[in-house]
Parts: sequence; structure tokens; C-alpha cells
Amino acid sequence: MSEKKKCDPRVFQLSRRKALKGLAAGVGVLAIPSPKASASVWESFFQKHFKELSKEDLPKVLARMEEQYSREYGRPVTVKATPHIEGVKFGYGLDLSRCVGCRRCVYACVSENNQSREPQIHWIRVVRLNKEKGIDLSEAEHYYNPREVPEKGHFYLPVQCQQCENAPCTKVCPVQATWRENDGIIVVDYNWCIGCRYCMAACPYGARHFNWRKSRIPTDELNPDTHYLGNRPRPVGVVEKCTFCIQKTREMPGRYPACEEICPVGARKFGNLLDPESEIRYLIENKRVFLLKEDLNTQPKFFYFYGS
Amino acid sequence: MKEIWHFYKGTFVLVGKGSKAYYIWVGALLVLMAIGAAAYVQQLNQGLALTAMTDQVSWGFYISNFTFLVGVAAAAVLLVIPAYVYHWKPIKEIAVLGELLAISAIVMCLLFVTVDIGRPDRFWHLIPGIGILNFPSSLLAWDVIVLNGYLILNLVIAVYILYNMYYRREPNKSFTTPLLLLSIPAAISIHTVTAFLYNGLGARPFWNASILAPRFLASAFCSGPAFMILVFLLIRRYTRFNIKDEAIHKIAELIAYAMFINLFLLGAEIFKEYYTDTLHLAPMKYLFQGLHGHSALVPWIWTALLFNISAFLIFLVPETRKNHVTLVLGCILIFIGVYIEKGMGLIIPGFVPDVLHEIYEYSPTGIELLVTAGIWATGFFVFTMLLRVAIPILNGDFHVSDDGVGYYIGDQLFFIPSRKRGAQGQGRLGTARDSAAPEVNN
Repeated sequence: MSEKKKCDPRVFQLSRRKALKGLAAGVGVLAIPSPKASASVWESFFQKHFKELSKEDLPKVLARMEEQYSREYGRPVTVKATPHIEGVKFGYGLDLSRCVGCRRCVYACVSENNQSREPQIHWIRVVRLNKEKGIDLSEAEHYYNPREVPEKGHFYLPVQCQQCENAPCTKVCPVQATWRENDGIIVVDYNWCIGCRYCMAACPYGARHFNWRKSRIPTDELNPDTHYLGNRPRPVGVVEKCTFCIQKTREMPGRYPACEEICPVGARKFGNLLDPESEIRYLIENKRVFLLKEDLNTQPKFFYFYGS
Repeated sequence: MKEIWHFYKGTFVLVGKGSKAYYIWVGALLVLMAIGAAAYVQQLNQGLALTAMTDQVSWGFYISNFTFLVGVAAAAVLLVIPAYVYHWKPIKEIAVLGELLAISAIVMCLLFVTVDIGRPDRFWHLIPGIGILNFPSSLLAWDVIVLNGYLILNLVIAVYILYNMYYRREPNKSFTTPLLLLSIPAAISIHTVTAFLYNGLGARPFWNASILAPRFLASAFCSGPAFMILVFLLIRRYTRFNIKDEAIHKIAELIAYAMFINLFLLGAEIFKEYYTDTLHLAPMKYLFQGLHGHSALVPWIWTALLFNISAFLIFLVPETRKNHVTLVLGCILIFIGVYIEKGMGLIIPGFVPDVLHEIYEYSPTGIELLVTAGIWATGFFVFTMLLRVAIPILNGDFHVSDDGVGYYIGDQLFFIPSRKRGAQGQGRLGTARDSAAPEVNN
């Protein structure tokens, strides 16, 4: 009797364990690259944190990415890792008395920085506020859609990453996948981010965005001039954000961020906070300036002001 | 080394044995686990876009369940304190079951975090040495440490005690006592750290209240023990293991105190927000009243409040606390009440309205529900397997055979037909007929 009893459950047990093993293997295979995957997939899987890449490794990583993106989009794509410029700390000024809420900055940013088109990711959010209420975000209309802007009785508040000196997002990241560079830009290593989204919970400005699915960008719309820490195409499952167009602003001679260039009313100003002669310094010293959510002590380098 | 191998071999044979009810239960759990795994594979393939989460509400059902379960895990301490600090015998006999619950709950916690992250393949980035763990700056790094530490601690304690009992040895007290005492602050730490994870965010006024960690602990000491009581009642009814009434009533009494503190802290928070009436009231308004016509959570939170208050009254009055019908009802009410309050009721209003005051109403998708069901099934599966081994060991029905190599299995069925209350006091002998003949493997 005991012989029979012993047998049956074992048969069941074996098949159950097998089933579990199969399941585990199935999940495992999806999570890590299969042995058949090409070498570059493995290289990307084991890639080190950006800041730990040696002088020899970095060019190899960039070359691998260029090759991968070029193949993926069927046209040559460059990936650079231009470092910060000594003596530069970027600051941004936004003239609320000029902004008309046209959202051209939103879309210029999307095309410059290769945000996903489907689903749409926007690094800039423009909200409509009431002149009577002033800066009261609880009155904000996010999806205003009139025939013409500006609308009577309203003004507009564009919000993007404020590049905080005391950034809550970098502090909370469990793997240091996001940090503040020496020129003040907060960047993300898209190859190191684990996608926990703690930084999104920590950001008081809604400036961080998640790739809920693989970004889709039509080949002819892709901006092929990319930066590792900036506008290179992002993988699924990671966080991205405004980098003050790191791929443009770190060039010599420096170029302006796309949102600054496109603004039809000149509401946007950009410059070096360490240069006493810069326009941004003039604005801070001479205009009525305010910081968004100043009470949180995030110390933004994004200065809203009233030019007139 | 050989002993350990024999022990594990024995346990594997043991968990494969059981009554029909046991097979049905385990089989159902495995089916649910498979469904959950299939849903997760789907989510891995297409991204977290298959969930209802968005940039506005960037944590949802998974993290809600995670938060609730950290509380359940922490609650084992409510058994350890009376058992090992006050040496109260009725609870000492069952304290190890609390540790097994903690193990199962932590496993679920880790699974919920895993399914929530966008890049589970980069999990190793968290491991110090090969990756970078941002300690001490990130509270999530702290959570990784304390949760895994608590899991290991409970595994070591429970396995060590059960292993020694299997070999009919007295567990070495100078080894277990320090670990058991350590598990008390460890339990408090997992919940405090998890609370701080939300608490430390200035961007989220709903969480940025210093009352959050105390509230977490108070509600944890309700939900976890309530679940324990339900399990204890089931165990003593459907297995050969006896648990004394005193132990259960003592736990119920502790729940009453914890629930009082929980309700008091909630009241303190509601007063502060409503009376000061600043912009920071918005999330609480969204939760309790609805905001600008959005009120998805309102019926839930009032249900939770009603359940919690009713359960508090049930547990406060000794007569209803000791009546097993009302006791079971109270436990179920608390478990559901705290699940709502500490799950979705805590996480979602942190994001609604969002930092720019946009309102996105979150409610989980089918994929999220399936994955969640799969993880709950996994938790129950782990807990069932642990109990399947632990209960016969505690009962003396599973131990090394006389030759010191094979195993003796005295309990072939595990789940047995409901026992009559009268049979309880009589111990093992009274129920021996329920079980098939013992098996000795030499």
C-alpha cells in the first residue's frame, strides 16, 4: 500500500517541477538575451554605467550604438558623448509676459530630441492659466485647444525640466542612473536605468517621462545627430527628460536649445549663468523673476520672469 | 552536509503528498501562477503600456500590493514579541508560523517590484560590486537592503528551527535568540523604510506627512495578524495541528489596540488637511469626496473605513473577539479594509492630482489584475509549501527515521476533513484515524 502511495504523488511532483522549471526558463529567456543573440546584444547587456566607462570603452560603446541605430532606422546616425565645457553652467529664462501658448516649443523639442511619436512623449508641457488667479496650478488647463492663441483672460506657463541644483530625482535613483553634470544638466543613462520610476514620483514638475512601450519614430523624422546622454533613440522601459538639448548646447561654438530657437515671440532665453555678461544673468538681475515651487528648495536653473 | 541533503530530500517527498483537497488547492494555485506568468510574458513583450499606468500615475496596482504586503510581512513581529520577549508559551508554539508568513509575503513583495520595473533584465544594476546601489541616498536602496535582509533573517530562523526539530534536536538558543530579537527591529525597519520611501518626496503632499510611517506600522499590525488568525483557525480545523484559543484571542486583542491607533492617526491626518484647507488638501479630497467630478476611489475608501471601524468594534468587545464567527468576520473586514486603505488608497492619491494638477483616473487593466493574481497565487503556494513541511514537523509527524538517514512521515494527508471542536483538546491521538498509515523510508 505504501508503495503505491509513494509512487503517485511523485509522478505528479515531477511533472509539476518540470512545469515550473519550464515556466521559469520561459520568463528567464525573455528577461535576458538568448545565447543566439548577436554579440552586440550581450555587450549592451553587460555594459557598464556611463561614468565608469573607460577612455577605451566609450568609443566602442558609441560605435556599437551608431551601428545599431543606423541599422534600425536605415540611415546613418551618429552618437557622441561631448563632455561639459569648463566654466559653463546653463540657465534658462522664460518670459511669461511674452509666451502666447502656441506649443511650437513642444513639437520642436519632439523632433530635435527624438521623442516617441506613437505614443507621444512631450518633454515640455504648456498649461493655460487664468490672469485673475495668477500662478495657481490647480486652475491649470492642460489640454486647451482654441482656434487661436493667445486667448483673452489667459496666460500660459510652459513647464519642462528645471535642471534643479538640489534635484529630488537624482537623489532617489536606486542605481545612480541619473545625475547632474558639471554644467548643471540633469541626464539619464538610458542603458543603466532600471525603470523603477522613483524619480518620476520625486519630480515636482512632471518633467520625467517613461517609455511605456518601444518608442516609434518615422525614419525620415529621426534626428541623426545624437548624444549618448541626450537625444539618442531610447529603449523601452526607461525614463527620459529634457537635457537643454545637450547635443547642441555643448557644441563649440554653442547652439541654442530647439525650444529657444523656435519660439516665435522670443519668450525663451538661454545662457551661461557663470558669465556675468550673459543675457540670462542680465534678466535675473534686472527683471521680476520667480522660481516654480520655490518652497520645495529644489533650486531650479529655470527662471520664469515678466519682461514687461 | 549530508544531513541537509537528506532533510531537503525528505521535504520534497513530503510536499508531494497530501489529501485530495490539498492537491486541488495546490493545483489551482499552479494554474493561477501559470496564468499570471503568461500575462507577465505579454507585458514583457509589449512593455508596461499594457498597464493603466501613465506619466501622471506612474505607480499603480503593483506598487499598491507591494506596500500592503510589506505590512503583512512586518506583522510577524507581533508573534515574536509575546513569544520571545515575554516568553508566553501559547504563542511561542506558533511563532514560527508567523515567520513563514513573513517569508511568503516578502517573496510577493519582491515579485511585485520586479513586475513593476521597466527593465527587469537590468536587475543586477542594484547589486553592489557588479552594479551600483545608491546607498544611502536612495530610500529604494535602503528598501532593497532591509527587505532582502528580513527575508534572509526569517528564512534562517525558521529553517534552522524546523531543521533541528526534524532531527529531534533542541535548537541552539544562543543562536536563535539573538536572531529572533534582531527580527523585531528588522520588521519595524522594513515598514518604516517603505513608508519613508513615499514620505520623503516633497513633490507629493499626500505622502509628505510625518504621520505616514506610524500609520504604516499601525495598519500593518492589523492586517498581518488578522491574516494570521484566519490561517490559524484554518490550520487547526483542517490539519492535525493544535493552536490554543488563548493565543488567538491575545492576537485579536493586540489587533484592537493597533486598529485604534491606526484610526486615530488617520483622524489626525484628516483633521490637519481639512482644517488648514491648503492646496495640499486636493489628493485627500480626491480620495474621500472626489475632485472635479473624478471619484473612482471614493466608494472604496468609505468601504475600507466602514470595514475598519466595524472590525475595531468587534475586536474591542471581548465577547465578539472570542466568538469565532464574529472573529472571522472581523479578520476578513480588517484584511480587506487595510488592503484598500494601504494599497490603492495610499498610492493613487499620491499621483492624483499630479504635480501639475492634472487629473488622470487610474484603474488597473486586465493584465495588471492577472499578473497580480499570479503573484498572490505564488505567495499562497510558497506559504502552503512551507506550512506543509512546518506543521508535520511541529506536530512530530515528520522527522528523521530511527536509522538517522531516512525520514518518517506520519501525516500523509495534511488537509483533513473538518475536525469537530471536541476533538481539539485531545491532541494527536484523537485525530490519528483521520490520517493514512505513516510511512517510513529507510
